Amino acid sequence: MMQVVTQVTVWIIPALLFLIPVYAYWRKVPIYESFVEGAEDGFKTAIKIIPFLIGMLLAIQVFVDSGALKLLVDALTPLFIKLGWNPEILNVIPLAVMRPLSGSGALGVSTQLINTFGPDSFVGRLASTMQGSSDTTFFVLTVYFGAVGIKKYRYALKVGLIADFIGLIASIWIVSMLFG
Amino acid sequence: MLNAIWVFMLCIGILVAALTGNIGAVTSSALNAAELGVKTGIQLIGVISLWMGLMRLAERAGIVSVIAKVFRPLISPLFPDLKRDSPAWGSIVMNLCANILGLGNAATPFGLKAMQELQQENPHPDTASRSMITFLALNTSCITLVPATIIGIRIAAGSQQPTEIIGTTLFATTCAMFCAILADWLFRRRNSL
Repeated sequence: MMQVVTQVTVWIIPALLFLIPVYAYWRKVPIYESFVEGAEDGFKTAIKIIPFLIGMLLAIQVFVDSGALKLLVDALTPLFIKLGWNPEILNVIPLAVMRPLSGSGALGVSTQLINTFGPDSFVGRLASTMQGSSDTTFFVLTVYFGAVGIKKYRYALKVGLIADFIGLIASIWIVSMLFG
Repeated sequence: MLNAIWVFMLCIGILVAALTGNIGAVTSSALNAAELGVKTGIQLIGVISLWMGLMRLAERAGIVSVIAKVFRPLISPLFPDLKRDSPAWGSIVMNLCANILGLGNAATPFGLKAMQELQQENPHPDTASRSMITFLALNTSCITLVPATIIGIRIAAGSQQPTEIIGTTLFATTCAMFCAILADWLFRRRNSL
């Protein structure tokens, strides 16, 4: 299993880089010009995202650096104890709160949890599953909507956060069932 | 909702910093955020340009339309507003495939391309269309077969079984994706636009 997974991840990008240009050349597509044209589009798109990123990161960064995130986590902890959750689960609350806000922040927290508790411990497995199973919703919405200049998100954020929450609950449940 | 969350995080952050005698942190963290935004954007230039260039090749060669034709029936019930011959189908499918395989780097450019194509069919260019929201719901909750980054971290931390979380991740992402589709469907019915 391990072997297959590593082989797939190692081979897939070189394979695409080989197959697409070769096939396009065979179909008589002007490959170099087409590539540059597409890349130019990509360049413009990336630049367009920057103001949206700055706006989003500003609010998130101030919230995290001021200690407000830590206060929120501390406030949630007694609630989960009251709900009768396994006390070990409490260790992943910072990760759960961080996950939709900041990709690098969440990766930092989960790496630290995995190293502190060990990758094969309950907390390590739970942190791994949570990290792998949800996305940085705020970042994705900022980047994707920013790229096409959309400012009214309507119910997109609600749907994304509901999915994150369900992913979190499902992670806790399945890891508790299998490894608890 | 976004406006409310934005002002909430900013104000609560400043308030907490002021009350804990940490107000200086706000200035440096605001400036850091601005810098980080630019840095992230610059880092994205390379990878987005690379994949969008390759995607253009695949498009011209007709690869994307074949992939779109094969997979469109699977996802078409989720996008009732999208025209049958829309170019967005190909990009949406490519983005979801990249997500499933854990290729975050490639997923973002395909996703951005999909958004541009969805924007072409959007009657209100400053407002998210229903198809866009459905696409983002799928994208953020997408089933993950290979959570590559976290497996790497587990290997680095000396795990005996770095891949044992593939099953649990698959379960959690399947639940999340199912609920995202359901939530999107419910909101979609309440919001006609």
